[in-house]
Amino acid sequence: MLWKYLLGFYMLLVTAAAFLYAPPALGLGELSRIIFFHVPVAWVGCLAYLVSMLNSIAFLRKQKLEYDRRAAFNAEIGLVFTILATVTGAIFSRYTWGEYWSWEPRQTSIFVLLLIYGAYFVLRSAIEDEEKRARLASVYSILAFISVPFLVFIIPRIYSHLHPNPIINPGKQMEMDARMFRVFLASLAGFTGIYAWFHNLHSRYLKLKAKFEEAEKHA
Amino acid sequence: MRLGALIKKDLLEEFRTRYAVNSLLMFAVTALVMVSFAVGMNPLTGQLHAALIWIILFFSAMSGMARSFIKEEEKNTAPALRLAAEPELVFLGKLCLNFLLMLSLGALVIPLYYILLHPRPGSLAPAALVIFLGITGLVGATTILAAIVAKAGSKSTLLPVLSLPVLLPLLVTAINATGTAMGGGTLSDVSQALQFLAAYTVVIVTASLLLFDFVWND
Repeated sequence: MLWKYLLGFYMLLVTAAAFLYAPPALGLGELSRIIFFHVPVAWVGCLAYLVSMLNSIAFLRKQKLEYDRRAAFNAEIGLVFTILATVTGAIFSRYTWGEYWSWEPRQTSIFVLLLIYGAYFVLRSAIEDEEKRARLASVYSILAFISVPFLVFIIPRIYSHLHPNPIINPGKQMEMDARMFRVFLASLAGFTGIYAWFHNLHSRYLKLKAKFEEAEKHA
Repeated sequence: MRLGALIKKDLLEEFRTRYAVNSLLMFAVTALVMVSFAVGMNPLTGQLHAALIWIILFFSAMSGMARSFIKEEEKNTAPALRLAAEPELVFLGKLCLNFLLMLSLGALVIPLYYILLHPRPGSLAPAALVIFLGITGLVGATTILAAIVAKAGSKSTLLPVLSLPVLLPLLVTAINATGTAMGGGTLSDVSQALQFLAAYTVVIVTASLLLFDFVWND
């Protein structure tokens, strides 16, 4: 229980530091502060997707419905964070490049991630039988995941890119102010913490629900 | 050989009803004529022609391949097929059949496209190679998705929704390379795209072979 209050306090500090402690980046000015929120949110979106896919594999190997439920709610968390990343990205895009949307490589990849999540949930909603839904959704999740690296490889070759360089770029150069980088890492950790909290909350909810259903069956 | 028997069974069935081929060809021709009317006499660039060709191929493929597993579920022949052959063989049989279906579709649509919209020919051999490999990848990725759709209550509108995210890398590459070839690019200009299409097909077909068992057997 305590660590949730600590997490709340920590995120408060990170938010304050993002506005007060970190200096604005050269060229971008105050706009650069979005990095402390946009990048961690996108990171959690991808992380949740990865965890969801791993749970799908675990389901196919062990045939326990618990794994599929975990895959599904990780996808739900991932969807929320991916939407947040898309929206914050579009706002940043509007004020730096002039358009909310320009099919820039990063935008394209995140849009595909949204499409995959969308298709995944459409597929789930189309199947009534829980066991069958688990199997088909798991297979689809793995297939979609396999196609993502191809996209990452192909997109930058085709569309011109405007997105600021990733933190770890091929040249292994740090292009960020030390104070900015500190806040950025802190924020990344904080958002991962929020994800862990969501995950924990939902796991407990599912466990209780399963227990409740079990009890009802016996009654 | 049993794979041959599976293909023969589907071909015979197709030959008797001619439903899939007829509906697929009519769908493709309808789409083609719509595009042709919409474009009219406006000259288009090679890139745009490539995009239109692939839109026609993609949606025709979706409407044609959705049937490949749904028909087994509708006629309740799936259990018999399950007894008769291993899942991998069933998958390969359907893959070959869809491939034949899509190749004949391509062989009809692309010449018709040239006749109706008369794009500048560009370099034909690279364009044909790109389209051939593109269709191969399209079939490779869509076959298992068609099986998923058939198991998910045969809702055939589901297929394009499920396919697009998986097929996007393939489509983007194929459209670009086709455009390059139609604009007069040589074989070496599209060689990287050809490698990419081949790699994509190999990876996705291998994954499908591994995963098909989970889709096919209840």
